[in-house]
Amino acid sequence: MKYIDEFRDGGVAKTLAGRIASAVEPGRSYRFMEFCGGHTHAISRYGLSDLLPRNVRMVHGPGCPVCVLPIGRIDMAIDLALKQGVILCTYGDTLRVPASGGLSLMKAKARGADIRMVYSTLDALQVARGNPQREVVFLAIGFETTTPPTALAIQQAQREQLGNFSVLCCHVLTPAAIRHILQSAGLGQADTVPIDGFIGPAHVSTVIGSRPYEFVAGEYRKPVVIAGFEPLDVMQAILMLVRQVNEGRTEVENEFSRAVSREGNLKAQDRVAEVFELRREFEWRGLSVVPDSALKIRGKYAAFDAERRFSIDYRSVPDNEACECGAILRGVKRPQECRIFGTVCTPENPVGSCMVSSEGACAAHYSYGRYRGLH
Amino acid sequence: MGEIKRGYVRPLDLRHGRVDLTHGSGGRAMLQLISELFARHLGNAYLGQGNDGAVLPAPVISGRPGRIVMSTDCHVVSPLFFPGGDIGCLSVHGTVNDVAVMGATPLYLAAGFTLEEGFPLADLVRIVESMAHAAREAGVPVVAGDTKVVERGKGDGVFITTTGVGVLPDDMALGGSRARPGDAVLVSGSIGDHGVAIMSKRENLAFDAPIESDTAALHRLIAAMLETRADIRCMRDPTRGGLAATLNEIAGQSGVGMMLQEKAIPVKPVVAAACELLGLDPLNVANEGKLVAICAAADAARLLAAMRVHPLGRDAAMIGEVTADDHRFVQLTTAFGGRRIVDWLAGDQLPRIC
Repeated sequence: MKYIDEFRDGGVAKTLAGRIASAVEPGRSYRFMEFCGGHTHAISRYGLSDLLPRNVRMVHGPGCPVCVLPIGRIDMAIDLALKQGVILCTYGDTLRVPASGGLSLMKAKARGADIRMVYSTLDALQVARGNPQREVVFLAIGFETTTPPTALAIQQAQREQLGNFSVLCCHVLTPAAIRHILQSAGLGQADTVPIDGFIGPAHVSTVIGSRPYEFVAGEYRKPVVIAGFEPLDVMQAILMLVRQVNEGRTEVENEFSRAVSREGNLKAQDRVAEVFELRREFEWRGLSVVPDSALKIRGKYAAFDAERRFSIDYRSVPDNEACECGAILRGVKRPQECRIFGTVCTPENPVGSCMVSSEGACAAHYSYGRYRGLH
Repeated sequence: MGEIKRGYVRPLDLRHGRVDLTHGSGGRAMLQLISELFARHLGNAYLGQGNDGAVLPAPVISGRPGRIVMSTDCHVVSPLFFPGGDIGCLSVHGTVNDVAVMGATPLYLAAGFTLEEGFPLADLVRIVESMAHAAREAGVPVVAGDTKVVERGKGDGVFITTTGVGVLPDDMALGGSRARPGDAVLVSGSIGDHGVAIMSKRENLAFDAPIESDTAALHRLIAAMLETRADIRCMRDPTRGGLAATLNEIAGQSGVGMMLQEKAIPVKPVVAAACELLGLDPLNVANEGKLVAICAAADAARLLAAMRVHPLGRDAAMIGEVTADDHRFVQLTTAFGGRRIVDWLAGDQLPRIC
């Protein structure tokens, strides 16, 4: 497959692995956080950690869209579907995220809720057009990658005067989450982990560019390398991070230059700015309440805002006590350090959200890597 | 005034008519549906006996009485018509294959139809024709059948359950618990074709390159494989859950692990591309015309050569080996050079978001 195989070449991987091995300083340990679930998935699926020296440790970050969705948000969606009888549309992985009362969207569907999996916001609009007598709500989740399509859908709905379409907006922002992680680490809080550098997001960065990460290198003196989601991208980024650390540099470097510029996609940014504004605070699963870390729909588009339309409020629900998703999302614990990992909590019956998506640290480790540490 | 013809029954309107509740109610309408549609296409001497059950000769193989293998499969595919096939031929292939991978010669099929009120008869004709064609081609007649009609909204057009009977020689003992460390793992061709073909229709995802289901009856390929006298421990057709589920099943039953080589697993470029786009793993995607064989290492090359001679095994490949592993992990050496588990899926494979 063109443009794919080149980035999965085992021979090149070996060469890169050799370079990383000779670049690392033996007495030093390197802890890099890959922010994105896409990177976590690539690392697990291609068995990348087998190719890294022992003193390079990858810490999984919170960049998995379904993992950071708090229970209360899914509860809102389930209520809309079960109690208000709306058709609720959302992306695939979201269906299995555990919510209150042993429910998930998928289980709510089995109880009669009309929940539909869509591949794009256009599909959701189509559902609304096809069911003019029903209310159709799109549960919009994800980082900056999935935000522009939601903005477009809202604008399109307004143009068409699609009166039965609205959006339950749960879009979150990457830089705010990184800042939160760095801040808590900087304060030396007990449950934080020192991080020597970040692999910056791939798809998110195609939208927002590399500029928004400059504070990480400037203010917090941590190197950042933006990398694509292919395994060779990740290897190359690790090598670049090792070099920055060795040389004492803290820069935002761009490994993913084939798709990411410093400014990003200005058109997409404009659309997002037209439709959305900052939410003053938003609860993340694992990170708790993070200021200025999410988006809400502007007053101008209030008619398409499901929260206003159905007058629903967010109610915070604590995670299961035994679940370590919080610590895992902050990089403090590894999946296998959670007491219920692989026993009570499995992909079949996820207790925490990290066990849901294959981008989640727990599901990735369970599905691809749990032989490690056993042998 | 026209004369009323004696013994004349107005035939079913197979072009514009629809299934209604009378077609399942045990009256004349049902009889008519059976005779004008099912018996017409699927008819044979056994089905023609017209009794509550078909009377069949005692099974014989190589001139000796054999043991009976029986299997059943419910087919609920959506959409009913997909690139490369439809629920009709699929319901024949699926059950023929389930019987054949046991090492048995498939002999007969029984078919149960659950029809939804309002289903177009023209579509039902297409499905039954396709089923009849597949049964003829496989040489496995449908000898018994049943039809029920459920109210509109209580079915999904057509569900077909087929049951297959086959005959197995006395000395044949294939089974999922027979894999031993060192055995070779073979697959008969490219994986993921069926699931991706279905998905491309189901989700209205139009791909430029056509992806066709691989639905096919494998019993002749299997007969050719058995003729080699290779020490085959077990065979399975990796349908739902894909290659990953099938290999995990065998590993679990045999108490062994497996180590696969990603590079050796045949995946058509167009299927790989579609999976890439949808965030799916071809290892978890369904097949309907492929089989997995576990075979003693010493015989593997010979078996593989025999498979490749057959059109349905042209792209057969040796993809890995059985290992000793108390954890019963199926693992994969990635093309990238790393290692990972190949696991069961928790449920349906859902597209990733990022």
